[in-house]
Amino acid sequence: MNIALEAPYLPLAGKRLRQETSRDDRIKFGLMAVIGLYLVVALGAPLFVMLSKSLSTYRFDLAAFEFQVSDETGAKWGPVVTADALNRTLGAVAEGDLASSADGRLAATKFFPDFSFRSPVHYRIRGTTDDAAFLAGSTLEKGTEWREYDSGTFRRIMLRPARTLGLDNFKTYFSTPALARSIYNSVLMAAISTVVTISIAFALAYGLTRSCMPLKGLFRGILAIPILVPSLLPGIALVYLFGNQGIFKDWLLGYSIYGPIGIVIGSVFFTLPHAFLIILTALSIADARHYEAAASLKASKWRTFTTVTLPGARFGLVSAAFVVFTLVITDFGLPKVIGGQYGMLAVDIYKQVIGQQNFEMGAVVSVILLVPAILAFAVDRRMQKRQVALLSARAVPYVPKPNVRMDTICFAFACLVSFFILGMIAMCQIAAVVKFWPYDLTLTAKNFAFDLMDGGGWSAYANSIRLALLTALFGSVIVFAGAYMVEKADAFRFGRNVFHFLAMMPMAVPGMVLGLAYIFFFNNPANPLNAIYGTMTILVVSTVTHFYTVAHLTALTALKQMDPEFESVAASLKQPFHRLFFRVTLPVCLPAILNIAIYLFVNAMTTVSAVVFLYASDTKLASVAVLNMDDAGDIAPAAAMGMMIFYTNVAAKLIHALLARGLLARTQAWR
Amino acid sequence: MRHALSIEPTPTGIARAPEVAAPYLEISDLWKSYGDFVALRDISLSIAKGEFICFLGPSGCGKTTLLRAIAGLDLQSNGRILQGGRNISTLPASNRDYGIVFQSYALFPNLTIEQNIAFGLENAGRSRAEIATRVNELLATVGLSEQSKKYPAQLSGGQQQRIALARAIAISPGLLLLDEPLSALDAKVRVHLRHEIKSLQRKLGVTTIMVTHDQEEALAMADRIVVMNHGVIEQVGSPTEIYSHPKTLFVADFIGETNQFAAKVLKDGAVEIGHSAFDCSTKDLEAGTTATAVVRPVDIIPHGAHAHVVSAVDRPATPQNLIDAEVREMEFLGMFWRTRLTAPRLGERTLVADFSVNAVRRLNIETGGVIQVEIPRDRLLLFPRSA
Amino acid sequence: MNRHMFLMLAGAMSVALPAIATAQTELTVYTAVEAVDLDRYKATFEKSHPDITINWVRDSTGVMTAKLLAEKDNPQADVVWGLAATSLLLLKTEGMLEAYQPKGVEALDKKFVDKDNPPSWVGMDAYVAALCYNTVEGEKLGLKAPKSWDDLTKPEYKGHVIMPNPASSGTGFLDVSGWMQMWGEEKAWSFMDKLHENISAYTHSGSKPCKMAGAGEAVVGVSFEFPGAKAKSAGAPIDIIFPTEGSGWEAEATAIIAGTANLEAAKTLVDWSVTKEANEMYNAGYAVVAYPGVAKPVEHLPSDIAAKMIDNDFEWAANNRATILKEWQKRYDAKSEPKS
Ligand SMILES: Nc1ncnc2c1ncn2[C@@H]1O[C@H](COP(=O)(O)OP(=O)(O)O)[C@@H](O)[C@H]1O
Ligand SMILES: [Mg+2]
Repeated sequence: MNIALEAPYLPLAGKRLRQETSRDDRIKFGLMAVIGLYLVVALGAPLFVMLSKSLSTYRFDLAAFEFQVSDETGAKWGPVVTADALNRTLGAVAEGDLASSADGRLAATKFFPDFSFRSPVHYRIRGTTDDAAFLAGSTLEKGTEWREYDSGTFRRIMLRPARTLGLDNFKTYFSTPALARSIYNSVLMAAISTVVTISIAFALAYGLTRSCMPLKGLFRGILAIPILVPSLLPGIALVYLFGNQGIFKDWLLGYSIYGPIGIVIGSVFFTLPHAFLIILTALSIADARHYEAAASLKASKWRTFTTVTLPGARFGLVSAAFVVFTLVITDFGLPKVIGGQYGMLAVDIYKQVIGQQNFEMGAVVSVILLVPAILAFAVDRRMQKRQVALLSARAVPYVPKPNVRMDTICFAFACLVSFFILGMIAMCQIAAVVKFWPYDLTLTAKNFAFDLMDGGGWSAYANSIRLALLTALFGSVIVFAGAYMVEKADAFRFGRNVFHFLAMMPMAVPGMVLGLAYIFFFNNPANPLNAIYGTMTILVVSTVTHFYTVAHLTALTALKQMDPEFESVAASLKQPFHRLFFRVTLPVCLPAILNIAIYLFVNAMTTVSAVVFLYASDTKLASVAVLNMDDAGDIAPAAAMGMMIFYTNVAAKLIHALLARGLLARTQAWR
Repeated sequence: MRHALSIEPTPTGIARAPEVAAPYLEISDLWKSYGDFVALRDISLSIAKGEFICFLGPSGCGKTTLLRAIAGLDLQSNGRILQGGRNISTLPASNRDYGIVFQSYALFPNLTIEQNIAFGLENAGRSRAEIATRVNELLATVGLSEQSKKYPAQLSGGQQQRIALARAIAISPGLLLLDEPLSALDAKVRVHLRHEIKSLQRKLGVTTIMVTHDQEEALAMADRIVVMNHGVIEQVGSPTEIYSHPKTLFVADFIGETNQFAAKVLKDGAVEIGHSAFDCSTKDLEAGTTATAVVRPVDIIPHGAHAHVVSAVDRPATPQNLIDAEVREMEFLGMFWRTRLTAPRLGERTLVADFSVNAVRRLNIETGGVIQVEIPRDRLLLFPRSA
Repeated sequence: MNRHMFLMLAGAMSVALPAIATAQTELTVYTAVEAVDLDRYKATFEKSHPDITINWVRDSTGVMTAKLLAEKDNPQADVVWGLAATSLLLLKTEGMLEAYQPKGVEALDKKFVDKDNPPSWVGMDAYVAALCYNTVEGEKLGLKAPKSWDDLTKPEYKGHVIMPNPASSGTGFLDVSGWMQMWGEEKAWSFMDKLHENISAYTHSGSKPCKMAGAGEAVVGVSFEFPGAKAKSAGAPIDIIFPTEGSGWEAEATAIIAGTANLEAAKTLVDWSVTKEANEMYNAGYAVVAYPGVAKPVEHLPSDIAAKMIDNDFEWAANNRATILKEWQKRYDAKSEPKS
């Protein structure tokens, strides 16, 4: 009967029912609020503050200064004039030159063309506001009180700029060729690296899924290695391999490894595992039936490849491309080591902030760096959504048939790539234990005497382990609890959506940007969280936040695989949700949680970008030590510390594998 | 009920709510919408204590939505639900009194059968021994005592289903909700479990609502069936009522099989189908009303080659409703023959009729033969066409 | 979540607990002096002042300066002991330093004391611009060791000179400001134009060029004397050359952070930092110290370095820094892109 259909209205439509909240609901709501608040404090607010910082500019406010000049006797004073009025008659400073930076200075004598430091004339200066500041020599003066100087001293009067809001920083940025050029450089490097990495990764994944080449497991293992080292390490390896004293210097035909070549090779090294894993997954889910169909149609190899293999993997390829692009464009460690004079955005942030203390310009570059990363992220998310539909079809897994020629080619290629990866690591290992490359090649352990170098010594290594453990522990707890709320809390749909959005955002926020945003946000005495600035806590918070998204997605995937009715059953049995959580959800998701923990651990060991702005003298980190030692020219110790990180991560991986086997064998008997 | 074509203003039937005066579960004026989409429309329903109710309807008609509203898992947009006299309309799920079994069973994979059943018993002040006794009792009830230490993945679908049932009734709920509990099982197990569930329900006397899209299941198990379509209740009634006296064309069509013909009311007691008139109860339909005439294949009575007067049943045939038909196809379906007939009086449309094996043998019905069949006056149902 | 885990969570999330109060005065001292020297400095000072404990916070000059500036409104340090005078001047212009005339400061070389009275900073020692020349690589390439700054602009050095970027390295800036003060702006710029043609890379750190030269990655590294001596001890085949024209230099200096809660202890430390004893202590690593007549020669370094030092005007350098760097970046950053 259709009677009802014709009148799609609700009686009392305005007054919807609301479910009474149970105790569970209140606890869940509280938890979600806590974790949501965490993300707001650890991500949203800092980014916002950084954005406003990029708009904070410094300008000489000439109307804020007044002068008076005496006659020759120094007793009779002339009229009071503002610097602004003087400038208008003189045109001493062009309007454009009034834009300045935090440490800008403007000599007061500019407004007195007939100034001579030998004249007996005296000068008076005062601000018209309490904030107007100027320097007498190197003494800071402020306020509206007249101050008098003889001409010898007046020569040393420097006006200071005032803070305002505006787009001046961006104008300065784009009118500084070296800086603006970095945008082009970064995009170019990211694009080239993406093409190269994706090609190699695709060929490898193709070999692993479509051929019967031997030693597939071994190759998979080798391809995971670059994840275990900081991105600085390939840079160091490249210096030893292709630098001026490099073993294979001649291979470069006279081109320098310092610059684009080094950046691309190093980027390929450290992004390869990411691209490889994504494409491998995409190729693994290929449907054998398509291949059978192609074979039955007598399609040529090439045609099968272009009509079946490529389209089937296209979402994986696009996704991998975006991941690589984002990784390269936001990476800081590699171009720092091997980039030479080739300006890259991420390094610019570091140079602006650490080298020149120009925080505002650092914020500007950060905002600019956010753009490509967010674009790549947004496009990728859209693609991902469509891919889900593609995946949900039931497929028959493809099993390759032996083919000697094909298998040999694939095997040879995999060997080549493995050789490249192992070669880079081996080079660092050699660098770490050789006395004085290239002049004295005797073995030594002195490069491991970190306490004698800049960078933080062995305590930095200990700090890194502490950071990695804390990040793995708290990160897993926070991430999993957050994902649980997103997936399993049945009410507060709006809150969950906001939360999910926040959880996805860190993917698009480069580490440098996050780190800088943290400085602005936390290093502010007015912020009640100011106390965590300079502590291990802020390092843990920043690292958890930096790597939140992938961990969140892992947790979400695991939770999605659970029957959505568990919660309903528990409610019908009048069991509180936390009982279900600890008795069922947690044990069932344990493998995923362990994966999250090891992911966070490894990344906390290797990350440089966010923490480089945040570590304090007693919380120096091994990865930052690699950077600083390399920066100070202590390249061998830097390689040694990089290898320490590598050993640690390998050990962590092994422990993880053992745990996953041993512990899971006991708790996951039901599988 | 003789008024098969009565059209009541509200399709809601508190049809013969048996014996008890105050119903155990009373749903009134319940609506549920998802955005602009209205999933449930003005649902009112009363269920007596101890009844076995089936929500029956095609996929997407809102059965699960209604069940979840009763369970408090998805709050209705509007409307009131009373359970045992208590207003539970807005209570959270955990404060209501029911046990539930889902289509997926939702057994906790990392807990043993025992632990699964005990899950709802713990945390309620029972001693370990009490819990163990109760679990053993339940395991015995569902006949799975030997499996207590196994994990769900080690059991068959039917066994898992029974564990889910045991877990749901462990806490002795006042209401048992089953959402397509059998649809994931294969046909044999399904038929077997129907009986088990039904007898268990009788034994426990627990008021039960089962959602199903399988009419056979509903007919076999329910005390009363609630037929739903597009978010509204089409009819509520006992299986025989629903089957024999469908209130709407939808119900007639959804439950059992039908032959449908375009018809027009000629006068009181007569309709025109094809180009000829048939006797039929037209109830209060006015002459000229267009309608759909429905007759079920099993209701068609064969009368042999030229038996004019003597019918196969001991009741005189209505001559008006007796037609000549040619047997076009015959299909042996084990219990009966399905035949496709063409009758000039009905126009070009085929008429599907099911004849007993016995009748086919005695009347010597065969493909290509011409027989006389009767469309009994009281089995010819009329449903007016909506404009 | 078990109890233990919860406690750990609470612990890590809570802010650092305030240090347990003792009769000792604890001074938070920010420094950029070499890591190897820290323990020695601390021990020597605390021996004569057992009631004061130094808590070092150490980082490189750039980072330390950034950190201090970042903490401008909420300083964490009591004293800065061992940071470039130029950096301290920067802090002074932000009003972050407590002016104080240490007892016995009169004994120091005037070059090492802030010109204002009372001074805001007092020097400890100097690091002096120097060239690190890799003899092995030089010989391979048939080059002659440079004697002067001017030699570096010779065409045969093309691509073999490496120097710190003045925009991000204090050492780089002391070179540039040294040239400007020696030769005047115009001549300095034309020198740098020519030098730029020969530079292979501008590094971010001041000691790196010397270490790069030591490792043979470059032939000549423009750096300062300390890393040169260190690299040479480590086995680098380098000569440390002080250009004939003279060298820019930077003082490492001490200052009290305005608003410190431990002003008395801070003054005690600064008083001690200008003593002869302290200067003898500095001399272990640095060839030039602020107290005249104390310095003994340091291994691998000539004894007359002090004579090479130009008359450095820190204030001029600090006040013109922004302008110079802007110009420098305009000239060389844009051009320093690889041309390929
Ligand atoms: N969460 C939801 N959001 C939007 N529409 C829903 C939601 N849940 C169910 N529906 C819609 O409500 C209708 C009834 O669903 P349901 O009760 O599950 O049907 P069924 O009778 O098959 O159990 C369907 O059309 C379904 O698409
Ligand atoms: Mg359903």
